[in-house]
Amino acid sequence: MTHQLQGVLDVLTRVRGVQGAMFVARDDGLVIAETLMEGVRGKALAALAASVFGKFTWVSGTAKAGEPRFLHMQCTEGAVLVLATNQDVLVVIVTDTNTNVGLVRLEMLRAGEVFA
Amino acid sequence: MDIQALAREFARDPDSLVFLRLGEGLRRKGDLESATAVALSGLERYPDLPAARDLYARLLLDASRPDEARHVWETVLQRDARHQGAHKGLGFLYYSRGDLDAALEHLETALAVDPTDQSVLQAFQLVRTTARTIEEDDEEPNIFAGLEGAEHGLLLVDDAGRVLAGRLGGNANTDEMAARVAALVREAERTARLLDLGKWEWLIAESASQNVHLTQPTNETCLVTMRDRSVPPGRLAFLAQKANDAARGWLEGQRP
Repeated sequence: MTHQLQGVLDVLTRVRGVQGAMFVARDDGLVIAETLMEGVRGKALAALAASVFGKFTWVSGTAKAGEPRFLHMQCTEGAVLVLATNQDVLVVIVTDTNTNVGLVRLEMLRAGEVFA
Repeated sequence: MDIQALAREFARDPDSLVFLRLGEGLRRKGDLESATAVALSGLERYPDLPAARDLYARLLLDASRPDEARHVWETVLQRDARHQGAHKGLGFLYYSRGDLDAALEHLETALAVDPTDQSVLQAFQLVRTTARTIEEDDEEPNIFAGLEGAEHGLLLVDDAGRVLAGRLGGNANTDEMAARVAALVREAERTARLLDLGKWEWLIAESASQNVHLTQPTNETCLVTMRDRSVPPGRLAFLAQKANDAARGWLEGQRP
């Protein structure tokens, strides 16, 4: 399983601009598997991405918007993308500013199918 | 019967109730001094007669003594809670003071006593129209007016989680939403800082039934733009940018 997950993440990191890809436990923000470029702090990324997604889950619930699926947080020097899979696992990506987010999102959806 | 005939009748029989018609006639003629003398004369004989007190209260109001008039009308209502003249007089008195709620309450009662009284009906409609106009003027202006979804899909909150403007549709609890959004913004800022991603700019998220866009018109505020899933994220971002410009302009206008 670990080998399979790693292979899926490797595909994700081949998209231009992606600096790191991870599978993260939604509840506690712990890393399940990761493929990171040098300098990317995996544990911090996992914990913070899960936390932001958790906060958005509250927002979505309050807004009666239904179960959250995908989140894109854009910053001046990069972006964090989070996709919820069917099994309380998040696909987390960190990118630079020159990334085709639409393409990354498609790859994230494919990656999430591992947990379908 | 003209005033002179009424005056003769009153002189002939001072104990008759003709003083009510004479006093009112003199009042309408503008002879407040004579009208007041007649009213007081009648009150000496009939101190508890509501109609006599009502006449006297109207004369007090004409003489710019509204507090005394109010007091007299209130004593009338203590004896006859549905006295139309007293309710009509108090309605006018409160209207002239700007207390439209109290005015409407009294005029409504007066109208209930006699729905055919055109003078009460007209007074009631005037007060109600005035009250509605004031309510409309007092309504918070929609800072997103003219934007798509301005009525139900845009919410501006401050960094303390308080609503500044706008509203969300459906059953969303706007105040709770504002608090949750402020918490999310703080977490986004922390994430950007700790991951060396620069400054957080915006966030877009997809849920089962809605797409949500968050951005900051200023450092201290956050704008929420929500649309159903039929509005794709790219279009949502476009709408959010227009709303962001409107919010920023409004915020700049609020500065002292």
